[in-house]
Amino acid sequence: MTAATGEKAGQEGQVGAGRERERRRRRARASQGDSRLAWRLIAPTIILLIVVIGYPVVYAVVKSLQLDKADAGINPSTGFFQQGGKFVGLKYYRYWFNCNCPNGTNGHEFWPAVQTTVIFTVITVIFEVVLGTMMALVMHRAFKGRAIVRAAILVPWAIPTAVTARLWEYMFQPHGVVNSVFGTSIIWTGSVWPARWAVMIGDIWKTTPFIALLVLAGLQVIPDELYESARVDGANAWQRFVRITLPLVKPALLVAVLFRVLDVLRIFDLPYILTHGANQTTTLSILAVNELRSSQNAAAALSTITFLFIFLVAFVLVKIFSVNVVQTQARTVKA
Amino acid sequence: MHYRRVLVVAVAAVTTVGLAAGCSSSKKSGGGGRGPITFVTGKDTSGVWPAIANQWNAAHPNEKVTVKQQSDQADQQHDDIVQHMQAKDPGYDIVTVDVIWTAEFAAKGWLVPLKGQYAIDTSPMLGGPVKAATYNGTMYAAPFASDGGLLYYRKDLVPTAPTTWSELISDCAKKTSGMGCYGGQFSQYEGLTCNAVESIYGAGGTVVKSDGKTPDVNTPQAAEGLNFLVNGFKQGYIPKEAITWTEEPSREAFQSGKLLFLRNWPYVYAHLTGDANSQVKDKFGVAPLPGSSGLGTSTLGGHSAAISVYSKHQGTAFDFLKFIETPDIQLNQFLKVGTLAPVLKAPYTDPTAIAKFPYLPTLQKSIDTAIPRPVSPFYPAITQSIQTNVYQALQGSLPVQSALQNIQAGITKAAGG
Repeated sequence: MTAATGEKAGQEGQVGAGRERERRRRRARASQGDSRLAWRLIAPTIILLIVVIGYPVVYAVVKSLQLDKADAGINPSTGFFQQGGKFVGLKYYRYWFNCNCPNGTNGHEFWPAVQTTVIFTVITVIFEVVLGTMMALVMHRAFKGRAIVRAAILVPWAIPTAVTARLWEYMFQPHGVVNSVFGTSIIWTGSVWPARWAVMIGDIWKTTPFIALLVLAGLQVIPDELYESARVDGANAWQRFVRITLPLVKPALLVAVLFRVLDVLRIFDLPYILTHGANQTTTLSILAVNELRSSQNAAAALSTITFLFIFLVAFVLVKIFSVNVVQTQARTVKA
Repeated sequence: MHYRRVLVVAVAAVTTVGLAAGCSSSKKSGGGGRGPITFVTGKDTSGVWPAIANQWNAAHPNEKVTVKQQSDQADQQHDDIVQHMQAKDPGYDIVTVDVIWTAEFAAKGWLVPLKGQYAIDTSPMLGGPVKAATYNGTMYAAPFASDGGLLYYRKDLVPTAPTTWSELISDCAKKTSGMGCYGGQFSQYEGLTCNAVESIYGAGGTVVKSDGKTPDVNTPQAAEGLNFLVNGFKQGYIPKEAITWTEEPSREAFQSGKLLFLRNWPYVYAHLTGDANSQVKDKFGVAPLPGSSGLGTSTLGGHSAAISVYSKHQGTAFDFLKFIETPDIQLNQFLKVGTLAPVLKAPYTDPTAIAKFPYLPTLQKSIDTAIPRPVSPFYPAITQSIQTNVYQALQGSLPVQSALQNIQAGITKAAGG
């Protein structure tokens, strides 16, 4: 290159750089304008979320640090409860973790409720993942009537949980459907483990379709060529499943597991309607509602504890399993 | 830049919330207001309210009453009323209060005291229901239906009803195959508390002392009473599936001929005689509950109507309260249509009523001698302690002695002990 062309190139370079800065500034201004518009568009939703979700959560935390009216004592002359509201700090939190209360009181039920909730979570999620993946594999194949099977599989998920609970309560009666079909005479809602299994069976029946759907979505993104080449290389069905399907479906599966775990940790409606929380089927949410009858602020403290517990579990799950809740599947299926 | 946007949104949100909070009216009505009212009651399993409402509405076209029915389960009725009262809802003018909730709702300041311009004449009423509606010396609710436990028995198999538990157990031999002997309500809910305290009373025990507050349930008499039920499951004179029974399943068992003795409330009578599928129509009798060494004692049930302090039409509400206590409604609606127990003394000696319901003298005696469950503003915690421990004792997973100790400690703790 001669010095002249070098200079010219340099000048062109400068002009090019200038145009580049001009373009970047225009893009920045445009994106600023975009972002302002975006804020204005989502502001109503954010306001709604703050009112519907944020305000109650903050209100519950504030209440949980105040003395409840029911614990303020009774005025001996009028017989009315005294005013509550005084700041008592972590009194109610200490009550839940460390009650030493007699059997039959809500305070005594905290640790059993934690145990029950964790048992429900672990067992139902394991069953749902196994059964849901099997169902997804079946639905993934092309066969006659596949559309009907896919629609039918969704029916349990579509039925409202209260109806499901009543349905299973009816079926689990001593002379009900389940006992007649299997020829047993188990009193399902009469003792601890039968009642727990009744609740878990109802939950597994209801939400396996949810996992099946999410896993199916994950399956459909896997390119067929992978299977072709694996077959050519001599891999059998089990090896194809373990080496190709599972790793590629893992992101979708982990998202499904995360959602299910969070759902079961806060479960209320199914056990409450089916067994009313009796026979050690009281979960943390049921315990909070039971406490509402006696002391609102203690119930608020328990709700906050449940909220933090679930938050912690979600955090741990996302970190440990690197659940890519935000990334799409496509990024992981690199050719 | 970013923070300013967040601040704007936050201020907007807080303003919205502030406006919304200000919109809800929290003013207590001064009293004496007139206008349409809403009457809130549990599910009308006896079918009495439509006719009563129609009669009132015909006479008061400008102050119509709307009957709102809640769930059929007492716990859910209670929670529903609590929610509306906490929200200071003026839409619940009159609420039906079970006898066990009067103290709690009155202590929380939700019920209009029935004195002064709202005083009720209680001289024609039975004593028990009036006492149950009184808290701290003032009446807070107007009783309209009472309830006492009764023993329904198959008179075709057992000609004379047993008066003691040992007689009942030996009568079990007279049941036919496929029948259970004795049934009640043993699922873990308020009905279990009723059955448990009735057994405790039947052996001469008590739950609280005469001051109504101090627990006194850890006694040999109470243990004997509870053992009647616990042994029932152990020895088999109570069917195993009874551990899941509430009022309706136990009624159905007796009604389909699968039970020899049933402990239940008076409302069952209408079903046993009137239902098309009743297998026991002319084959059953009604008797007082048996006890340990003689006749037992039932627990006092029943419902009263109370005016909410947040109602805007308290004058009309008070007139409706008096209306449902008039002799005509008590005799012709509550008793004849619903076979519910009236609170007035007169219907129990009315000859037409006794001709139609021969068990009326038994029912009156049951109510007159009935002992209430502990009257306390902390009743939810008390009943939970009783329910949980008795249920575990019936299942055999908790010895009766420990159950009673836990109940004793639970009642003390409930009152802030």
